[in-house]
Amino acid sequence: MIKSIKTWILVGFASLLLVACGQGGGGAGSKKSKTLDNTKKAGFVKCGVSQGLPGFSNADEAGNWSGIDVDVCRAVAAAVLGDADKVKYTPLSAKERFTALTSGEIDVLARNTTWTLSRDADIGLTFVGVNFYDGQGFMVRKNSGINSVNDFKNGISACTNTGTTTELNMRDFFNSKNISYEPIAFEKADEVVAAYDAGRCDTYTTDKSGLAAQRTKMSNPDEHKVLPETISKEPLGPVVRQGDAVWEDIVRWSLNTMIEAEEYGVNSSNASSLKDSENPAIKRLVGSEGELGAAFGLDNDWSLRIIEQVGNYGESYKKHIADTGILPNRGPNQLWTKGGILYVPPAR
Amino acid sequence: MSLKKLNIENKKIRNLIPQALTVLALLSVIIYFATNAQINMGNRGISFGFGFLNQEASFDITFSMIEYDGSHSYGRAFLVGLLNTILVSVIGIFFATILGVVVGISRLSDNYLIAKVAEWYVEIFRNIPLILQIFFWYFAALRALPLPENGISFYDISFLTIKGWYVPKFIWTNFNIFLLSVIAAFIAIYFIYSYATKQREQFGKQIPTTIISLVTLILIPLITFLFLGVSLTFEYPVLKQLSPTVFTYAGGVSIIPELIALALALSMYTATFIAENVRAGILGVGKGQKEAAASIGLNKNQILKLVVMPQALRIIIPPTTNQYLNLTKNSSLAAAIAYPDIVLVFAGTALMQTGRAIEIISITMLTYLTLSISISIFMNWYNKKMAIKEK
Repeated sequence: MIKSIKTWILVGFASLLLVACGQGGGGAGSKKSKTLDNTKKAGFVKCGVSQGLPGFSNADEAGNWSGIDVDVCRAVAAAVLGDADKVKYTPLSAKERFTALTSGEIDVLARNTTWTLSRDADIGLTFVGVNFYDGQGFMVRKNSGINSVNDFKNGISACTNTGTTTELNMRDFFNSKNISYEPIAFEKADEVVAAYDAGRCDTYTTDKSGLAAQRTKMSNPDEHKVLPETISKEPLGPVVRQGDAVWEDIVRWSLNTMIEAEEYGVNSSNASSLKDSENPAIKRLVGSEGELGAAFGLDNDWSLRIIEQVGNYGESYKKHIADTGILPNRGPNQLWTKGGILYVPPAR
Repeated sequence: MSLKKLNIENKKIRNLIPQALTVLALLSVIIYFATNAQINMGNRGISFGFGFLNQEASFDITFSMIEYDGSHSYGRAFLVGLLNTILVSVIGIFFATILGVVVGISRLSDNYLIAKVAEWYVEIFRNIPLILQIFFWYFAALRALPLPENGISFYDISFLTIKGWYVPKFIWTNFNIFLLSVIAAFIAIYFIYSYATKQREQFGKQIPTTIISLVTLILIPLITFLFLGVSLTFEYPVLKQLSPTVFTYAGGVSIIPELIALALALSMYTATFIAENVRAGILGVGKGQKEAAASIGLNKNQILKLVVMPQALRIIIPPTTNQYLNLTKNSSLAAAIAYPDIVLVFAGTALMQTGRAIEIISITMLTYLTLSISISIFMNWYNKKMAIKEK
């Protein structure tokens, strides 16, 4: 008898749990945004980041996250909640990231994620833009005598991360060059670095920004160099769940605002003084003209808060990527007006 | 009479109702979960299906026992991962058993040094988390091993380096004939044994079965080499220069360091538990048994082999089955050091590339379940075989 009572209690508990689960399921809304409502209710933005990639998303000893990916989440928090610090960060492995997003554990994924067709179309995700144009490269030891990818020969061993586009690019590259290679794929970046550093593999391949960042973790960074060739396009950008168009727009335009602010010379220190600017584009950016925030249920100062609290894209890049010595040269991540390819639609 | 019958039936029904309700509740829970998942996936535009298994995988795998490259399907990649999991589990179980038995017996040795060494080994290795041991063997061994150009050479035919252990490759002609002859030899040995048992039981005649079967095992395959066109040549690994300072070995077979480290860690760890099982089994055999065996003039080895071990095995086998299952499941930690097992290849890369989390995790769980149940069935069969047969 006791046993059967136990069973019933268990069954009852399980059903309760299920009802709770059932209510948690998200639906699509054309005008109203469930994610926005939930975020306002919770009081923080649920943001998925990497497990530690300097320059993009990295936590210091006190557990404070920083990086250009982190700044996307901070921008969203500033726009939606009025405070860039109201973000809850969830460190995710490459493998976990999409499941965490589609299951609702996080609402924005800002984790140096490459925008590809299959990811965008197939697994319930939407990429909202690009915050870093990257490409896959190779790192070798300086004394190896390898100066270009053309020096690779049959039998070379290459270490990389599992569950990333680099694994696929690597195969495409070596196949096109007709080189047989030994792929060694680790789950975590730290182990890739350790194995390469120990000499298990001859080359380490991942996004070039990643190579530059990981090189700083090697036992002797000066012994390694990144080869000049880039073997793939890796547009990295923030991702949201498919089906919440308003939330998608908020994240997209939070990022766009940072880039547009740089274009018009609006930064964290001069933003509030530009309220009376002659330029209508600047006035729209700092919220003294138009009703742009209303389109996604925000007030008119949402973009001003982003610029004031997080800064424009140039400030973010300088602080996290350039000044940390990862990639001082902005390369393609320069504004289109200055020879790069950063070009965002106008905020109007 | 009929009332009594009714009563029994009533009781039967009474007992059945809660069980039936439980099954029903369980089923509805499962169905609820499934439909809930389906609805949520539908809302988020995620499709469900196993069609992806036929798609091109387009990623390569370090180490595969069957022919595989990125142009094969995800299904094939699954098979590669599964075989790698089975390989490391079999190697691990093999060495864990040998080491476990040796250490278990050593712990009971009269020799103080041997007993203490065995005790320390057990206490150290069973109390350190396995994942740390795997990292230790992988990174410590990696750091300790030389680069290919300074590889540790075994008679110039085999080389141990940081990139792996390069051994000669066997190149067979008519391998299937050789394989058949080995099977034939084992069948012959089986008959020799049953004949010898009969002779011993009926006439008390001792036949030296060990020597005869050894000779059979060598002789029959040897005949295929001499008369049936079977031959074996070796391809030796040769040092190859890739750039001024980068070397590797070409030819031969490379046993990757990830496999070595994982097998080492798994067997060292599991052996400690098996050793304790063995010790428990031996101690579980009554003292009188040993004394009785000694009194009829058996020596120490004979006592262990003929009297103690057969009885101890009955105590040892069930908990050791658990350890075999643990080892197999623990092999999923392989992903940490890039050994391409089913978790790394299928529940890792394939999951990532296809995004089909529910499908892939279900397949992987089912696979581990099947593996574990197979081991369980085999060990239960062996246990029954070893159990006391009431006559």
